[in-house]
Amino acid sequence: MNEQPVPGALTLDNKAPKPGRFSLRLEIDSSRPGNPWWVTIVSILLALVVCGVFIAANGMNPVTVYAKMLQGAFGSEFGITETLVKSIPLLLCGIGVAIAYRISIWNIGAEGQFAAGAIAATAVTIYFPDLPGYFAIPLMIVFSVAAGGLWGLLTAIPRTYFQVNELITSLMLNYVALLAMDYVVFGPWKDPKGFNFPGTPMFTDAQSLPVLGDTRLHAGLLFGIIAVLLYAFTVRYTRWGYELRLIGANAEAAKNAGIRIGRHILVVMIISGGLAGLAGMSEVAGVSHRLMYGISPGYGYTAIIVAWLAKLNPVGLIVASVLFGGLIVGGYSVQTIGLPSSISDMLQGAILFFLIAGGVIGKLRVRRAV
Amino acid sequence: MEVWIQVLNAAIASGTPLLFATLGGILIERCGIIQLGAEGLMLMGAVTACLTYLHTGSLTLTLLAVFAVSALLGLIHASLTVSLRTNQIVTGLAMTLFSSGFSAYLGKSVSGNPVPLAVPKLHLTWIEGVPVIGDIFGRLDVLTWASFVLVIVMHLFIHRTSWGLHLRAIGDNPPTADVMGIRVNALRYVYITAGSMLIGLAGADLLLVYTPSWIEGMTAGRGWIAVALIIFARWNPVRALLCAYFFGMLDTLGFRIQLLGSEVPSYFLKMIPYIVTILVLMALGWRNRNKPSGAPESLGVPYIREQRY
Repeated sequence: MNEQPVPGALTLDNKAPKPGRFSLRLEIDSSRPGNPWWVTIVSILLALVVCGVFIAANGMNPVTVYAKMLQGAFGSEFGITETLVKSIPLLLCGIGVAIAYRISIWNIGAEGQFAAGAIAATAVTIYFPDLPGYFAIPLMIVFSVAAGGLWGLLTAIPRTYFQVNELITSLMLNYVALLAMDYVVFGPWKDPKGFNFPGTPMFTDAQSLPVLGDTRLHAGLLFGIIAVLLYAFTVRYTRWGYELRLIGANAEAAKNAGIRIGRHILVVMIISGGLAGLAGMSEVAGVSHRLMYGISPGYGYTAIIVAWLAKLNPVGLIVASVLFGGLIVGGYSVQTIGLPSSISDMLQGAILFFLIAGGVIGKLRVRRAV
Repeated sequence: MEVWIQVLNAAIASGTPLLFATLGGILIERCGIIQLGAEGLMLMGAVTACLTYLHTGSLTLTLLAVFAVSALLGLIHASLTVSLRTNQIVTGLAMTLFSSGFSAYLGKSVSGNPVPLAVPKLHLTWIEGVPVIGDIFGRLDVLTWASFVLVIVMHLFIHRTSWGLHLRAIGDNPPTADVMGIRVNALRYVYITAGSMLIGLAGADLLLVYTPSWIEGMTAGRGWIAVALIIFARWNPVRALLCAYFFGMLDTLGFRIQLLGSEVPSYFLKMIPYIVTILVLMALGWRNRNKPSGAPESLGVPYIREQRY
């Protein structure tokens, strides 16, 4: 206030801190390495606290609810295998989403690609009912990967050749695929002996994935493990993976270096969709043994958080998908004490919120302005 | 003639929520922030409207509650994207994921309950006598009239006032705006909050006027269609009105085809709006492949004053 501007001088920034006054400012220090691990933990804890407030407002004790969820998801052999069962589609979809994020393609269409794969795998059982197992299962895999890949391609083509934002396309295609699934389970493929149950006839043993002992843990787990190993290897050690990382780091530089970004987008979206399609196949052939209404509790959307939480890292993808698989199972288990399972959706959203904020806070530095 | 009046009425009824959401999105994106939380904000608006209206029975209180909740969500969005400079795409996705879970949780107890007719219709007797216009405008509800007024006000505000000029400056070139003495971050807070309130109102309108009962995920992608509509409308409120009614018409097209006794299963008819969205975006992209899209030039780029150049 007591500073006299020099007559005629341009005063551009009237908000500049006055000398001698104490003032702070936030700076993003990009030289700092990303999140320290504790930011992730603190983010999850804060999300639990915030959702706990809402649960408490509903008249329940949040500690009881969380204990129930934890117990339901990890407290018994049944809970643990169920959690792993739920983590299989999350892992497969999560790898697909992560590989697209590598080149900054926002694939939020895993849910639709999952449905496309599930429909295609079921089509094999409907149209070729008598194939022997060693033939039916591979055919189902091929069909589902092709269908999921096609669904991914339908997002990639508008993006590459028509400059259409892939967020909108992939999301619109989710609704299309889910409606197509509703059509087949309520319409032409409905089980005639199913007492009007919205689902296809049960798969035969030849059309089902083998399971481990008495549990529901099925061979889809192997798909997940193979996929995550391939993902880790190709991104790190192959020329193709190197190009992906280059595009992700700086698309402009990659283009100038002669990398054909458009073709990479097409290939990556086929792979991304194909993995989600495989997840759909493993879910129908391994868990439900039929295509039925509401087969996915939002795996495709949860996969987005899984990929983000994992920071696209292969080990992180495994940890995050088991964690979120547990969250889904825990969400089911609170239904027994009269709470809606949407608690787990709410928690997922809140965790993502705090992770985003936490990711920046880890890099922020408070500076005294001079 | 009779049929066209019906089509137009249906288009206005189902297009009005889309229009509110698109206008809100335009306000937010004009100041340079990508808004992908529209679907979630609409759901929260709808569930808030349902709960408050069923408990209080007062439309004023209901609208106030919707505004309060969506303003709060808008402030969260603003503090993340403006102050913390987070990735705007992921922030919007987080908003949608959290809100769809939270709205399902809140609305569980009233799910499926019918909501009594809340928004009064404006009976304009002097206009009802006019042949065609009377059939369309004679019995519209208050919120629809509010949306007409809002389109005009927003058009004039953005294109004819100095505040609107500031808004456009913030979205196109925040460093220059800052140098000119416009408070970029403060105004971004204001516009994100105001726009979020409009999107919340869109959800309330959907629930109170269009489908009067709460069902989990009842927006069925309308928030995302609104995001696409912002692009069709080229960030312009008047075009937003036309685009919203066009999509409102598509939305009701399915019912109409069924009424005509079509053999096509309803599932395929319900796909129409989504597929047309993609096709229209592709056509626009092809037509504008060598032209700028009309998007604010700094859309999606966080403004960091210390890195001004």
